[in-house]
Amino acid sequence: MTALLVRDLRLAFRAGGGFGLGLAFFLMVAVLVPLGVGPEGTTLARIAPGIVWVGALLACLLSLDRIFALDYEDGSLDLLATAPMPLEGVVAIKALAHWLVTGLPLTLVAPLLGVLLNLPAGAYGGLVLSLLIGTPALSIIGAFGAALVVGVKRGGLLLSLLVLPMYVPTLIFGAEVVRRAALGIGLGTPLALLGAITLGAVAILPFAASAALRANLR
Amino acid sequence: MMPDLGKYAGPVLWSYALGLMILAALVAFSLWQSARIRRALAEVEARVGKSDV
Amino acid sequence: MSIWEYANPKRFMQTTARILPWLAVVAGILVIVGLIWGFLFTPDDFKQGATVKIIYLHVPSAMMAINAWGMMLVASLIWLVRRHHVSALAAKAAAPVGLAFTVIALVTGALWGQPMWGTWWAWDPRLTSFLILTLFYFGYIALWSAIEDPDTAADLTAVLCMVGSVFAILSRYAVNFWNQGLHQGATLSLDKQENIADVFWVPLVVCITGFVLLFVTLVLLRTRTEIRARRLSALLSRERRG
Repeated sequence: MTALLVRDLRLAFRAGGGFGLGLAFFLMVAVLVPLGVGPEGTTLARIAPGIVWVGALLACLLSLDRIFALDYEDGSLDLLATAPMPLEGVVAIKALAHWLVTGLPLTLVAPLLGVLLNLPAGAYGGLVLSLLIGTPALSIIGAFGAALVVGVKRGGLLLSLLVLPMYVPTLIFGAEVVRRAALGIGLGTPLALLGAITLGAVAILPFAASAALRANLR
Repeated sequence: MMPDLGKYAGPVLWSYALGLMILAALVAFSLWQSARIRRALAEVEARVGKSDV
Repeated sequence: MSIWEYANPKRFMQTTARILPWLAVVAGILVIVGLIWGFLFTPDDFKQGATVKIIYLHVPSAMMAINAWGMMLVASLIWLVRRHHVSALAAKAAAPVGLAFTVIALVTGALWGQPMWGTWWAWDPRLTSFLILTLFYFGYIALWSAIEDPDTAADLTAVLCMVGSVFAILSRYAVNFWNQGLHQGATLSLDKQENIADVFWVPLVVCITGFVLLFVTLVLLRTRTEIRARRLSALLSRERRG
């Protein structure tokens, strides 16, 4: 299992592995939105939680098709499917690798975006916490979507169409955590719901994703 | 016969018009698709052999 | 004889060939009668004026939008467990119908809301949930089109339908949480006192029944088309192989 994880991580960090791409895109969103919406501080402060979260969603989307596509194309996915390790485990490891390469860096860089978007001072803790808990859900849901479209050539757009609606609950609760942190009110409820979604997704989606992979590998 | 819809004539009439148009389009499309496939299938089956659907 | 016998495509085609015309006629009559009754022969609402007439399109469509997805879910499960091709094709056939009902619900909902709320679109929880449902429908239909092998497509869309159902329900609650909303409370509970009066209720039930039968008619019609299309493609590839 660790071997697979290390291998995927190494592939991601190599040149052309797309590591910096998600981060750069994330930063781009924080630059483009003020340009589109106007520099007025209070407006930005109000929408900052949503912008950061939407930026995180979109940045995660970018690298999703790489989760399985490369291995599918060169036949390694067939080998992994027939290896002694259960396919569900493979899916979980690959989703973990995706999170380590995309979700986690996003979480760490998010405070910088908060500064750019005039996020209120009290919200930074909530920002990092919500992303930390929510981005794993984005990775595992994304892995499920990637498993569905692995056989489709240029399935990137289809992948987005399938995955983005499934991101809605995480987005709603994640942004709500940050909003409440900014207002200084209790954020326990949305945080708990956010966590519940992530845990549920991590528990169930590896099975759904392997079913999809098996269907595609037949 | 038309009831007095008052100031709400616009939304009500547009709702009915659009709703019914969408339903009609769905029905028409489904019927057209059915006829098209039926014809194509009959053609191929005439070439190949018997039909059991 | 059990219902599983209809899973046999030949049986399905024979049976539906007999009942489809009747279903279509009854559905058509109910929908037309219900809508005309509601449009012409019901009074205006005290608060909402004539816009209450939109209820006869909006509520049945909204109900069918959800029920269609529910039917797709059941059909997908039957495919995954019992591998009945008719079931998989029925789910595929139902999706555009469900999508159409969802769009009608959205359009009539927005038009109904406009004079009431003053905006063409409001991010009310129910409207928002239906908007998200349209996205789920689009994704499902798109996935069927994107996969070449029919059995693989059936498998993948079935799994998508199941996972999508969970997320659609989660979204509904998340959206409720996100916005306490402008919609009134439940209109169709059995407690008629605080809900709509009889004079509105009866034509509404006629419309709802009509829409249910319309859905069934269209799904059966479209499933027959899918079965024929499948046979057509099988014959054509056999021809090509020579």
